[in-house]
Amino acid sequence: MPERPLFLERASFHRRRLGDAARVLPVLTMLLILVPVWWMPASLSYAGGAVWIFGLWAGLIVVVWALHRALLRAEAATLRASETPPPPPAETPPPPVKGPADAL
Amino acid sequence: MPFEALLATCLAYVALMFGVAYAADRAAARGHVRWLDHPLVYTMSLSVYCSAWTFYGAVGYASRSGLEFATIYLGPTLVFTAAWWGLRRLVRVARMHHVTSVADLISARFGKSNRLAAIVTLIAVIASTPYIALQLQSVRLSFEVFATNAPNGPEINGALGGTALWVAAGLALFTILFGTRNLAADERHHGVVTAIALEAVVKLVAFIALGVFVVWGLADGPGDMLDRIARTAADPQVAEGWLLKPDRWTALILVSAAAILTLPRMFQVMVVEAADEERLHVAGWAFPAYLFAMSLFVLPIAVMGRELLPAGSNPDLYVLTLPAAAGQDMLALLVFLGGFSAATSMVVVCAIAVATMVSNHWLVPAWLALRRIPSPDETDDLRGFVLNARRMAILAVMAAGWVYHQASGGTAALAAMGLVAFTGMAQVLPAMLGGLLWRGANRKGAYAGIGSGLVLWMALIFLPSVGVGGDLPVPPGVDPWTAAVMASLIVNTLAFIGMSIFGFPDPVERLQGLSFVSAVEPIRHSRMMRGDDRAEPLLAMARKVWGAEAALRYFQAEARAQGRSGYLPDLTPRFLTRLERRLAGSIGSATAHAMIDRVAGGVALTVADLLQVADEAQRAKEETQRLEAAQAELTRTARQLREANDKLTDLSVQKDAFLSQISHELRTPMTSVRAFSEILKEPDLTPEDRSRFAGIIHTEAGRLTRLLDDLLDLSVLESGRAQLNVSVVNLHDLITRALAAASATRPERGFLIDRDLPAEHLGLITDPDRLLQVLINVITNARKYCDAAHPVLILRTRRPETGGAVIDIVDNGSGIDSGRQSLIFEKFARLNDPARAGGAGLGLAICREIMLTLGGDISYLPGQGGAAFRITLPQRPPASAGSEPPA
Repeated sequence: MPERPLFLERASFHRRRLGDAARVLPVLTMLLILVPVWWMPASLSYAGGAVWIFGLWAGLIVVVWALHRALLRAEAATLRASETPPPPPAETPPPPVKGPADAL
Repeated sequence: MPFEALLATCLAYVALMFGVAYAADRAAARGHVRWLDHPLVYTMSLSVYCSAWTFYGAVGYASRSGLEFATIYLGPTLVFTAAWWGLRRLVRVARMHHVTSVADLISARFGKSNRLAAIVTLIAVIASTPYIALQLQSVRLSFEVFATNAPNGPEINGALGGTALWVAAGLALFTILFGTRNLAADERHHGVVTAIALEAVVKLVAFIALGVFVVWGLADGPGDMLDRIARTAADPQVAEGWLLKPDRWTALILVSAAAILTLPRMFQVMVVEAADEERLHVAGWAFPAYLFAMSLFVLPIAVMGRELLPAGSNPDLYVLTLPAAAGQDMLALLVFLGGFSAATSMVVVCAIAVATMVSNHWLVPAWLALRRIPSPDETDDLRGFVLNARRMAILAVMAAGWVYHQASGGTAALAAMGLVAFTGMAQVLPAMLGGLLWRGANRKGAYAGIGSGLVLWMALIFLPSVGVGGDLPVPPGVDPWTAAVMASLIVNTLAFIGMSIFGFPDPVERLQGLSFVSAVEPIRHSRMMRGDDRAEPLLAMARKVWGAEAALRYFQAEARAQGRSGYLPDLTPRFLTRLERRLAGSIGSATAHAMIDRVAGGVALTVADLLQVADEAQRAKEETQRLEAAQAELTRTARQLREANDKLTDLSVQKDAFLSQISHELRTPMTSVRAFSEILKEPDLTPEDRSRFAGIIHTEAGRLTRLLDDLLDLSVLESGRAQLNVSVVNLHDLITRALAAASATRPERGFLIDRDLPAEHLGLITDPDRLLQVLINVITNARKYCDAAHPVLILRTRRPETGGAVIDIVDNGSGIDSGRQSLIFEKFARLNDPARAGGAGLGLAICREIMLTLGGDISYLPGQGGAAFRITLPQRPPASAGSEPPA
């Protein structure tokens, strides 16, 4: 593996971890919505349940918003990093182009 | 509030919607799509999910079942948390294949099978009809609420029977006007989407306004509201209904999550109308936020309605009756408009989506199958047929909804229809997800899954909901509806997986599977090689679907991308794939596939061919992508070189021919001049003979002069020293003069001249004499060479967006072979025998030089059903052309 600039590694690493988070989020959401109802339906059916469900919902929207913002920034950073020519030594090969398969 | 005022407001609102849709369509036509393409407009259009069933019905649902109503919104929220990797990918793959509907997606994935799409369409039609009826009913009921409160209520109420019909007719008109304007390659309806985004805002504002009024106006803030909810729940009867049932909770979330992906109207706004997948960055959180806002006040409204309104009032109408009972007329009116928006936007988008499916998967294939094998030069207008089929389908969908509404009559029967529609379309989900994620999924599996799901859904859910048959016999403690949903979905999924495992897909299907699962562009296999002359029939076919202008533009762009000039690209696999997918955007993938096959010849894919593209290709993808760019550049250069070389060779041959031709052309008159002048020297000639011979000499000298004039003209033009006399002219006058001047050629041929007189009145800044020379030349050529029994000459003019003018001159003769089309503008290029033509063959060469000097061009248009020339003129001639200022 040839040497590559450190900041590039970090940007693309960060982006990939955020991508992992985006993949986990729906699973986590599903657990948060379903498990409590199976566990204790009686205490979640009335006023307390309303607070729980809408609180969870609002939190979820904020998390998705923050995640998408972070992902967009990380993508922009990766793009910038790959466009900026690396400092000498000049013999560094260009970073590999990210195909769609990597993003998924 | 007087009922008439309500009606007037309602009509004004409808007029506003027509206006907004019209303005958006016009803006889009002018290319102002930036704000139309804003992610928030997209997000708002998604809110078509919140139909009248959720706007009015959610409160009724909450009043009966408590928090369970939230499942209808939580399912979509769950799906949107996966927007980044899930929905973006769905949109990308669907856009890549120019998918027009959910049925088309399934059909394209499973080997472009139209039969499969027809089955999905059947489910969509069965599920949508009662759903549309439900919307019509909600509008009628909301009118009735106001009518009952009005002083002359009973009399108005009698007249309200026709409400549903009026609403259905108005919506059909709107949908046909803005939903079937064109048959573009990418099916987007800016007018409809913008109107729906505006309606989404009205819905949201109305509902939030009512919620704020209820929580802070009627109750005493959120704390008091929670107390009231707890107090209502203390009633044992209520408590039993409100108790969450985990199995139902899970099934409802599953079904509503499936619905957001598979409902025809949701697929239409989320996938088909999306310009690209980038807008999901915003919609990913903004749409859940919209749903959150729409459901936050549902429970408070339900509780207050229960407390304040007389027992026995319909909880489905609390949203309207609550503000009306509190004397808040304006708020009630706003809520009414919100509900009206919810109903109308749902019906419009649903009608567009279902009508597209019905026309693409039922009507067009049936029509194509009914006709015998068509000849390649069939002249029928497929585009007109498809648009009319869509209009008819819209009318049929609306009419079916209205008939269902009239026939069912009752309230209760329709209220359940929302969920029935959800579960029906959910039967498509296993095949859809499986097709996108699993390469092993195949057509047999999709048939088995969707087929068994359809049967079980009909038997266990749809028919019981309309009162035929009974519920599934289930052990006590299990909810029958949940059992039916889970049974149908589980059998569906198992059948899909099982048949996929045991079936073996055909090659087309395997290619499509690879393309869908790995989100890479598929390449159509082709045995057609360069020099194949089938590009022209393909162009003729595309013209029938998109119209002449759009088809020509597309073919020209493709040819240019290949590095070729003119309108006919090489039939590379890449070009064929792209053409097929663009056609699929207008008529569905199965039909596009069949049509291309018919014109371009059967494409017999073998397993051996597949091996080249399947697994190895996927592994080598990254490598290929890098090489591809370089290779494409090389191919382009090579093509340009090849074309230049071919032309040089042709030109060198022509140069020789030119020299011998010109000597010949000059010698013939010269010989007769010499011969006759020698005869004139004879002393004993009669005066008659003398004058006759002098006449011959004079004619021949004239011919010589004309030929030399032409040559001189050409050399002046070619060297760029031509003087232009620029002035402002009306194109109409020029064409009339040209037609008159050319009518002397072969006057015995009775040409039918087809002109578009109003379009011809275009003011031009150009050299009128030069342009007239070109027009006369082209028209004269048509008169000379058109070999049709009943010759027709079509002249069309228009002003393109870039200014200037485009003049198309088309006859109905046999045209020019594609091999010789690039030669006709060369000097002395006469296609027929010289004797017949009677000219030196300089005409078109001069025409082209003139047009280049004027800053425009003249070119041959292939595939127009005859010889066709296009003359393009710029807004004004180039300054360098040595022009003088207009006098």
